[in-house]
Amino acid sequence: MTTAALDLHAHDAGAHHTSMPVPSRKLAMWVFIASECMFFATLISTFVIYRDSHAKGPGPKDVFGVPLVTAGTAVLLFSSFFVVMALNGAQQGDRKKLLRWLSLTVLCGVFFVGMQVYEFTHFVTEKHLGYTTNLFASSFYTLTGFHGTHVAVGTLWLATLLKDAWKGRIPPAKALNLEIAALYWHFVDVVWIIIFPVVYLMSLGR
Amino acid sequence: MSDHHAEGVGAHTASAEYIRIAVVLFALTAMEVLLYEACFGHLKASMPGLSTSLSPWFVQLLLVLSAFKFWLVAMFYMHLKFDLKVLQWLFGFSLVLATIVIMALFTLFTYNRTLWWWGGVPW
Repeated sequence: MTTAALDLHAHDAGAHHTSMPVPSRKLAMWVFIASECMFFATLISTFVIYRDSHAKGPGPKDVFGVPLVTAGTAVLLFSSFFVVMALNGAQQGDRKKLLRWLSLTVLCGVFFVGMQVYEFTHFVTEKHLGYTTNLFASSFYTLTGFHGTHVAVGTLWLATLLKDAWKGRIPPAKALNLEIAALYWHFVDVVWIIIFPVVYLMSLGR
Repeated sequence: MSDHHAEGVGAHTASAEYIRIAVVLFALTAMEVLLYEACFGHLKASMPGLSTSLSPWFVQLLLVLSAFKFWLVAMFYMHLKFDLKVLQWLFGFSLVLATIVIMALFTLFTYNRTLWWWGGVPW
């Protein structure tokens, strides 16, 4: 990291000086992401172990559909692109660019959460797959439910930053606020990059 | 984006790079879905030869494609490629630990499942 970059971080609002040449809040987010890797690794493994445990009730092939989830995946991937463009705008001091791309990111988050609510409702009401129907259902709802909660939290976080950006409270010196939220958002995206093939495609293609 | 990156490549170049990566990510996702459709879905009947040759490698191919997508997002969108090495190490270390957790759980449950089967009791 260059001296200019360090200076910029040093002037970030709320930046704490540490012996490491990285803002402590950003380092904290990376440590949090590292811990989340273990969390999702456990949930994904549990699903893979229990996905065939559906002697009672429907199994993966009875409930999963590719088109809707593919749409959700594409939207989440695009949202990662949108948030990185918003951050680019924030760092350049381009408020219009920041607002445009951040609004699109929030919309993508809302769409994804809506997709998941629809999917869960469809599974429960149409396919009769409740949380306790079988081990497949429990592990599926736990994994995708936790991921969906992460997306919902990220959407709310980005919405509050959108409000700040609207009021002109995210100048380039405060771009770190968005960078940290963007890190979280990208992590949520990479988790889905694993969940989509492992949970949906591999369960259907067996 | 890291400031280092912003200074190094410029805003327009960075935007163009982000667009290129978005296109690659979208293409890889389309390949994943096409792979599924060719092996087990609607395209299976129309492309039996392709289905037969790809089906044994379905899981491996999906894992490679998703690992590449994961790498692209982590390196370029999360800026690990341009950020401090310590952050790469931190994330890499957590991924190694996560892989060990996955392998340990699979080993543990496969072992237990085998014991159940040997006892004549279905899982």
